[in-house]
Amino acid sequence: MRSATTPVVNDFSIQIATVNGSGSQTANLVLLRSLFQTGVPVSGKNLFPSNIAGLPTWFTIRASRHGYIGRKKEIDILVAMNPETARDDVLGLGPGAVALYDEPLKLNEVRGDLVFYPVPFDKLVATVCPDAKMRKLVRNMIYDGVLARLLNIDLAQMEQALGKQLAKKARTMALNMAALQAGFDFAGSSLEKRDLFRVEPMTATAGKILIDGNAAGAIGSMMAGVTVVAWYPITPSSSVCETLATYMRQYRMDKETGKATFAIVQAEDELSALGMALGAGWLGARSMTATAGPGISLMSEFIGLGYYAEIPTVVFDVQRVGPSTGLPTRTAQGDILSTAFLSHGDTRHPMYLPSSPGEIYEMAIEAFDLAERLQAPVFVMTDLDLGMNTWMSDPFPYPEKPLDRGKRLTAEKLQALGEWGRYKDVDGDGIPYRTVAGDGLPTYFCRGSGHNERGQYSERAADYVANIDRIDRKFQHARTLVPPPVIDRADGARIGIIGYGTSHWGIAESRDQLRQEAGIETSYLRLRAFPFSRDVEAFVAAHDRVYIVEQNRDGQMAALVKLDVDAALAPRLRSVLHYDGLPLDARTITDEILRQENHP
Amino acid sequence: MTIPGTPTPAPGKKVNRIGLELAVYRGGKSTLCAGCGHNAISERIVEAFFEMGVDGQQVVKLSGIGCSSKSPAYFLGQSHGFNSVHGRMPSVATGAMLANKGLLAIGVSGDGDTGAIGIGQFVHLMRRNVPMIYIVENNGCYGLTKGQLSPTADIGSTLKNGVVNDLPAIDLCTLAIDLGASFVARSFSGDKRQMLSLLKAAIAHRGTAMLDIISPCVTFNDHEGSTKSYSYVKDHDEPLEEISFVPFFEDISVDYEPGTVQAVSLHDGSTVFLKKLAGDYDPTNKSMARRVIYESAARGEIATGLIYIEPNRPDFLALLNVVDQPLASLPAEKTRPPREALDAIMDALR
Repeated sequence: MRSATTPVVNDFSIQIATVNGSGSQTANLVLLRSLFQTGVPVSGKNLFPSNIAGLPTWFTIRASRHGYIGRKKEIDILVAMNPETARDDVLGLGPGAVALYDEPLKLNEVRGDLVFYPVPFDKLVATVCPDAKMRKLVRNMIYDGVLARLLNIDLAQMEQALGKQLAKKARTMALNMAALQAGFDFAGSSLEKRDLFRVEPMTATAGKILIDGNAAGAIGSMMAGVTVVAWYPITPSSSVCETLATYMRQYRMDKETGKATFAIVQAEDELSALGMALGAGWLGARSMTATAGPGISLMSEFIGLGYYAEIPTVVFDVQRVGPSTGLPTRTAQGDILSTAFLSHGDTRHPMYLPSSPGEIYEMAIEAFDLAERLQAPVFVMTDLDLGMNTWMSDPFPYPEKPLDRGKRLTAEKLQALGEWGRYKDVDGDGIPYRTVAGDGLPTYFCRGSGHNERGQYSERAADYVANIDRIDRKFQHARTLVPPPVIDRADGARIGIIGYGTSHWGIAESRDQLRQEAGIETSYLRLRAFPFSRDVEAFVAAHDRVYIVEQNRDGQMAALVKLDVDAALAPRLRSVLHYDGLPLDARTITDEILRQENHP
Repeated sequence: MTIPGTPTPAPGKKVNRIGLELAVYRGGKSTLCAGCGHNAISERIVEAFFEMGVDGQQVVKLSGIGCSSKSPAYFLGQSHGFNSVHGRMPSVATGAMLANKGLLAIGVSGDGDTGAIGIGQFVHLMRRNVPMIYIVENNGCYGLTKGQLSPTADIGSTLKNGVVNDLPAIDLCTLAIDLGASFVARSFSGDKRQMLSLLKAAIAHRGTAMLDIISPCVTFNDHEGSTKSYSYVKDHDEPLEEISFVPFFEDISVDYEPGTVQAVSLHDGSTVFLKKLAGDYDPTNKSMARRVIYESAARGEIATGLIYIEPNRPDFLALLNVVDQPLASLPAEKTRPPREALDAIMDALR
């Protein structure tokens, strides 16, 4: 336990409670970025409503000198700006937490065991912003100024962060700076520091970037050479294609002609979006779409066509809470099982499972290669937390590997083979050679109905079985093509943890908690793709109990693992499940594992 | 006046302008019912592509699901084909054209595939003016599932079992015209000459060419009481014009009395000559096009021919400002930005 007087340096969470549409985003990002520029590891998570204006929004910033960037369950510092939620926000804090609030809300009357800092926002903003209409826009900068003073954040860092956002708007910049200064001065003259949280410069963020996962997917797709993009707006995936369009207009216009080396189409729905992606993939273009759960459901039929007719395309699924409309602005890992087997009949699809923006970038590039290599739709499964929140990352490396356009028939290959059948497995890996219209090579009739290895319509039982078994060989072959899990074996550990995607950040921190608080060593296997490599079974076999941590109710990944490992190992598998729509935090995992371990 | 007539179908050994025989343009043997209107349409497609001298390697043929959608297997055997998903061919065709704008796409759909399950994709295809030929083989019923009513069945038309359709028909031509298709025609599988001219004009057009071809179902919808039977359509067919097509590669001069024939120049340099049969009908006039459909339908007649054409409307690829080379075959140098581009993006995120 820390002493009541020891400063808590670079280890706290801030929650800013506002009303959406109130212009708090600038202030929140300036606060986040100023910590980042100070060298302190940070993450920013926006918990927002499915609404344009007027409903409660919470932005949480976590600073962690240990580098923990998952959500912290406990709020250390609350900035209460929303009268509607202020009382509940304050009641939700742990004893000793800090509450900075708009003075008229009188939150100090709600409870007595917090550190309260009342700030007269309206009075302060009036002094710096004579134009009443502009006040709403700069009011929030005042809490940044107050926090800068209270937490010891260099105001120059905030100014720099502000400049990054408002570089070209001198007047707005000046107003915001004045508000920032007013908050800073007010805290200096009127608030007595009574909490222990403070910021000290570090170097842990040197060279890093701040980015959201959807932008990472967009950059990866552009670097993968995508040419046809079809999509339909849906939260939380829309910014994948919107960001992509912005970058493509900048970096993918042909220099000689000024024309686009791409086509981006906002389709009429998700069915059409995937139909276009498949039509383009059929003719040899690198194509993609991005969607979320409801879109995945709609795409089900077309994915079966892509699987059976063997057409490459890449689908980003930025998962949100379902079923049905569910919680459109909350995060989940709830599409795992349905996507793995999407569509009717026997189907199975490769899925990438990135944990960070850097991994989304690299996996996006790989996914386009894999789709063409396997001649199949390939999924990149992210979630709202990863896709829309702000993450630190190392800068993305330039892809050194040339594009893999897969097995395309050539005149030479045709000569070597003697004869060609579209769906003939000549290499033993299940992957046939394909031709595309315009290449001058033999043609075939692509279809979702039964066909033989020459692509001809067939209802023969033997043709069907041979074909569907060959397609499964491709999938089995994919085990060796997708990235293997990342495994951290602890010596003598009897407990293993399996996780994937954004659950990684909570798991990494939870392992430290389990060790420090309960003396429990754990091994950890982080899945990066489906189908699994054989390492997964070996990992389960090497531990007495294996906890599969994921963000859904039914243990969807656990179900996939159970299908994949020796049935005798299945009883070793347990689940740690989190599905309330908030990003997974370490404490939830630690508590649940200790409970299942019957730890006192 | 002299108007060039549409050449009679070529005999077996005749070759076209690229030296190919008609047989090259055929496909597999049809498995549709004997006498099915769809087979007549497939034959006209074979002739039209042969006569226009189109290289089958540069054609893609697509379809959805249903009897009509089986037919691409029965023509243009040298072309890539795609029998896709029920009602979703428009999106697949759109994606295909985005990937390779140099190809000529022909899609075949049916009245259920287009008017029912596929109406959403159909309307958006029309809006986008995607460069392709879109044929609806319209028989007012579902054949492959054994004779249910489709949304293009007329009010009062009966099924074989006596069921009377009491819902209004969707008129695919008015829909296509309203939504922006730049070439809209209606024909009848029993009128070989009109169909052939329209198909050749559709090949010469750049943009969505929508052909609604009434194609009686001999098994489920060719009886007394049906308004899509051979005899009913034959008796009620009202051609708007006598159509002649002069391809760009034939140098034919044409004389005609002003006011009797309208000449429309098409994208590839071909010309379609329309000898007016119905007053002063002008297929470049959108409101006239709508009116003629409404008025003939009100009389219980079926106006056929080139109903609407807007030869110069920019197609979807033009609107997207896509490079001339097919996107599918762009080399990596054109599709993977250089190191400096990624560096610049990363710098902006620091």
